[in-house]
Amino acid sequence: MQLEIKNLQASYGKIKALHGIDFSIDRGEIVCIIGANGAGKSTTLRAISRLLPADSGSVMNFEGKNLLQYQPDKVVSELGISHVPEGRRLFGNLTVMENLKLATFARKDKDSIAKDTEQVFSIFPRLKERISQMAGTLSGGEQQMLAVGRAYMSGRKLMLLDEPSMGLAPLLMLSMFEALKGINREGTTILLVEQNARLALKFASRAYVLENGHMALEGPSEDLLHNPEVKKAYLGG
Amino acid sequence: MDLFLQNIVNALQWGSFYALIALGYSMVYSILMLFNFAHGDIFMVGAYIGFGVATALLGFVAMTGIPLPGWLILILTIIITMFITSFVGIFIERVGYRPLREAPRASAAITGLMIGIILETGNLAILGARRLSFPQLIESTTYQFGGVYVTNKKILIVGVSLTLMFLLHRFIQKSKWGMAMRAMSFDFEAVPLMGISINRIAPLTFAIGSALAAAAGILYGLAYPVLDPYMGILLGWKAFVAAILGGRGSILGAALAGFMLGFIEIFAAWIFPSTLRDVIAYSIILLILTFRPHGFFGKAHSTQLRL
Repeated sequence: MQLEIKNLQASYGKIKALHGIDFSIDRGEIVCIIGANGAGKSTTLRAISRLLPADSGSVMNFEGKNLLQYQPDKVVSELGISHVPEGRRLFGNLTVMENLKLATFARKDKDSIAKDTEQVFSIFPRLKERISQMAGTLSGGEQQMLAVGRAYMSGRKLMLLDEPSMGLAPLLMLSMFEALKGINREGTTILLVEQNARLALKFASRAYVLENGHMALEGPSEDLLHNPEVKKAYLGG
Repeated sequence: MDLFLQNIVNALQWGSFYALIALGYSMVYSILMLFNFAHGDIFMVGAYIGFGVATALLGFVAMTGIPLPGWLILILTIIITMFITSFVGIFIERVGYRPLREAPRASAAITGLMIGIILETGNLAILGARRLSFPQLIESTTYQFGGVYVTNKKILIVGVSLTLMFLLHRFIQKSKWGMAMRAMSFDFEAVPLMGISINRIAPLTFAIGSALAAAAGILYGLAYPVLDPYMGILLGWKAFVAAILGGRGSILGAALAGFMLGFIEIFAAWIFPSTLRDVIAYSIILLILTFRPHGFFGKAHSTQLRL
């Protein structure tokens, strides 16, 4: 088990967003969490990358290490967990290349950075064409590519993806998921949260359904795709 | 005409002080969205540290008999003082601002004011009320160009200031640390996701701002060699005005507005009675801000996202 989450609770002020959820991921898996708007999907990812403090009683282990003892930057630089956040959060005032470079700020393996940059450009050739363009001027699809590329450069054991399909045209969406599959085949574990449940369930091997801060269902994606409740609530009948 | 050129030279000198100090306000604001109101007093502390360093170096020369030329002592004083004063900035960030990072902005502003008072009165308590006279490390020479008189000190002050600003620009544009600072000014929260600790970038920013203020302190001491614990207040506020005028958080804006402030003040004093200098100069700036409330390079609303 690479990531083990037990009784994860998190709050925004006095409002509890996660009421003690459990889930786990094995190395090399693709797992998705689906759920409606406000179910706590982004909160879960933010808790894992330590952007949001977890309430006491929460247990989070990554490769045998207690995640709760890590600062957000160390989650990336020491544990290798990268996070493509909601809304992508690119640095719009930096060029494409600078965004990628910045993601390697804390890396000590300087030699392999050039190789990884080439790899990002081979996954997303469009980024290479835009290399000295400001990230803020990219199209939505290109921004998503850069956000994933940046995550690829910063840490690659586990990649957390927050709605990678958001705002993408259907064709771009499919090619984005193809690219993610490629990254996964190289050995990166992927945890994604999605509102687009059908797409996510086709992409992931296992899935969890989050409802109002509780884990309502879990199982192989194939099963959930045919689960009547999931069909009714998330797949449009 | 000669008088006009003479005033430009003076304006450049005063603009250098304002610009160097304004940069520190703007850099800190751009990454943390707070104004460090102790910054004017860091300028004062820098001038005093410069006094100490220069005195020590002169003592060293007198003791060992090694004939260090005055200009070399001055350069060493600037470098060593900038280095020492940067730690004052790091200390203030750590003790004063970091604990309040999640607190309302007003608390941080008040913290700055309190740190300022502590620095002023602390200085008074340690060194006493007597005014210190900054050692004159280089002999004053006056050059005449037509009817315009320029001292070597003025050239030095403007030259050192512009050099420091150029180096700062290179650092922010080219180094990975500068890149992280630019990123942080755009989106504070996304920076840790790149594996970068905000607790490394914030002290660095304070350090650089404080070092620049220290350089301004020494240059000021060269031109006006009397040091007193409250010398940073008015100059600090004026530099703060320059930072606002340039556009909150804009580095280029702060530098340009610093010089502009120097020009407005000097030319106000030239045209009107000099006792009215600040009244007129700051009325003009008030008027500019009425029409450009975000300054020259400020954004109408911050792009900074906070959750």
